[in-house]
Amino acid sequence: MSAAPPIEPLPYAEEQAERILGAEWRAIATSAYRWMRVGRALDGRMQALQRQGRVGFYGAATGQEAVNVAAGLATDRDDWIFPGLREQLVALVRGHALATYAHHLFADDRDPSRGRNMPCHPSAREVHYVSMSSVIGTQISQAVGLAYALRQKGAPGVSLAFFGDGATSSNDFHAGMNFAAVWNLPVVFCCANNQWAISAPTERQTAATTFAAKASEYGIPGRKVDGTDFVRVYSMLRGALDVARTGRGPVMLEFETYRMTPHSSSDDPTRYQPSDWAMRAASHDPVARLQSWLTALGVLDAETIETIGRAADQQVRAAVEEAEATEPPAPASLTEDVYAPLGSRESPGTG
Amino acid sequence: MTEMTLVQAVNRGMAEAMRADPDVLVLGEDVGVNGGVFRATEGLFKEFGESRVIDTPLSETGIVGAAIGMALYGLKPIAEIQFLDFIYPAFDQIVSELAKFRYRSGGQFPCHVVIRTPYGGGIKGGLYHSQSTEAYFCHTPGLKVVVPSTPADAKGLLLSAIHDPDPVIFLEPKRIYRAVTGEVPDGDHRVEFGHARLVREGTDVSLFAYGAMVGPTVEATESLEKEGIRAEVIDPRTLVPLDEEAIVASVEKTGRAVVVHEAPRFGGFGGEIAAVLAEKAFYSLKAPIARVTGYDTPFPYALEHLYLPNAEKIATAARAAVRAS
Ligand SMILES: Cc1ncc(C[n+]2csc(CCOP(=O)(O)OP(=O)(O)O)c2C)c(N)n1
Repeated sequence: MSAAPPIEPLPYAEEQAERILGAEWRAIATSAYRWMRVGRALDGRMQALQRQGRVGFYGAATGQEAVNVAAGLATDRDDWIFPGLREQLVALVRGHALATYAHHLFADDRDPSRGRNMPCHPSAREVHYVSMSSVIGTQISQAVGLAYALRQKGAPGVSLAFFGDGATSSNDFHAGMNFAAVWNLPVVFCCANNQWAISAPTERQTAATTFAAKASEYGIPGRKVDGTDFVRVYSMLRGALDVARTGRGPVMLEFETYRMTPHSSSDDPTRYQPSDWAMRAASHDPVARLQSWLTALGVLDAETIETIGRAADQQVRAAVEEAEATEPPAPASLTEDVYAPLGSRESPGTG
Repeated sequence: MTEMTLVQAVNRGMAEAMRADPDVLVLGEDVGVNGGVFRATEGLFKEFGESRVIDTPLSETGIVGAAIGMALYGLKPIAEIQFLDFIYPAFDQIVSELAKFRYRSGGQFPCHVVIRTPYGGGIKGGLYHSQSTEAYFCHTPGLKVVVPSTPADAKGLLLSAIHDPDPVIFLEPKRIYRAVTGEVPDGDHRVEFGHARLVREGTDVSLFAYGAMVGPTVEATESLEKEGIRAEVIDPRTLVPLDEEAIVASVEKTGRAVVVHEAPRFGGFGGEIAAVLAEKAFYSLKAPIARVTGYDTPFPYALEHLYLPNAEKIATAARAAVRAS
């Protein structure tokens, strides 16, 4: 057992917290903490189940919870989320039921996407969480198109494109940033920089000083943000959303985080990560940072923390149990949804 | 009815659809002020303005990616790709995203985009302004693939495409954009997908051709006629969905089949028609199924006239089929 790493506390006094998050800062931060614990509990449980062979695949977002929860809380109902690989928690915070997501993870008969995708690829239209593929980067230019449609129809929403550091090298990162800037669209580009693209560290991905620095050459303001500091992420997102929402064009935010797990259940990071990585990452654990800050300010005590943690575990256990007991999708569903049912003329509409 | 060229019919189809539905819009390179390099979008910019006739930056993945996002929010985008030969930067968006959105989301995210693009040879366009790669798209479930060969079909199929709930790859035979004129019904007159057109009735051999190959195929029937061979010509019009019934019925009648396309033979769409016939009309066949196609080479510049199927090659294949039994 190695010693617990020193946690870097969040640097905000009460007045600052209130100034940044508003009068409701305690409620926002506590709610964020609860959601982060749900994410953490889900990642822990699913990785364990994957190792037991009870679920096919899992990609954790451990270390990125502050970004996901802040995005879930900072966005409005009208906004749209185009996820990268690790933003499922955004959907949950926006109201996608954990039980439904569990059905997706087990690819069962009650999975809204009918068991057609690998786990961690949910589609949740009811919370404007767009269906994702596994193809890195493609969602970025799609998010831009949806932003165009929002403006064209006079809708108030903002389109958020999430992607990893690796995805900044993709065709669609370039196309999406460029189109959004030329068309001055309400898009917030969110680069979840967890410092690794499987085995490729950031310096193998770009020679730019930061990923955010790429934005300026497209004519987009770009900022690098400590992605493990919930307060900072939340306030930067609110600011960016406000810029986009008020017709002042796209913004790019780079959230620096530390990937605290393997890339996915199929990965062995001991082959490429330095031996002290886990220790460094743990000292930037966003959940621990928020917890120690809220404890220091007297917002949370040990007992409440214990209760929140137990509730998160229980929620996850219940959802998983129900999903695991559900039948696989009906064989007939294999050939459905390739095309619209014959004679249908439906348009997806705006909801 | 109004007499017009194929490219005018495409233009008319878009204009009418845009007038009827404010959600229909056009995007692509040079489609706005310039009216498109083939003038397919001529006049649309003036009538509908820059927010519905959108000049995009030069990126096909951006064009199709953005069109997908628009469609997810209920717009009905028509994306123009300047030449089919330049669609490949968007291939990922088309085959990985557009074709799969509905399926992978359990029907939550249908994604209806029309991609219009000029294709095919005969204009001295060399390797990169001439290809017919319809088979790539036909091989991807989730896409519909349409190839008109007359002005009336161009408008009627395009209107169906715009109102179809699924993504459509709409391939326009650029060689006959202006070479053919024809009567086109006025108004919202749609041609339903999945119904082949009987171009010419015959009893001795069935010739299957689409797009710019319908012309030389019909021409071939004229010389065959003089030799007493009555050839039937069928234009499937939509490759996906394919009117297998019409194809099979024709060969049940004639007992002989020649499939024509510009694309290379190996892995080409003709193989699919041949397979349908082998599966469903085998006992009616009196001769081997023949294919008249482009060569299994990249598309040539100087020797394009040798590469492309023509009436003579088609007639030779048809004659051989008839003489075989
Ligand atoms: C176009 C494409 N190429 C390769 C892959 C395989 N792959 C999956 S995830 C990944 C790394 C992604 O890194 P990043 O964008 O930084 O996101 P992260 O996984 O770190 O969240 C790769 C190479 C893929 N899914 N898509």
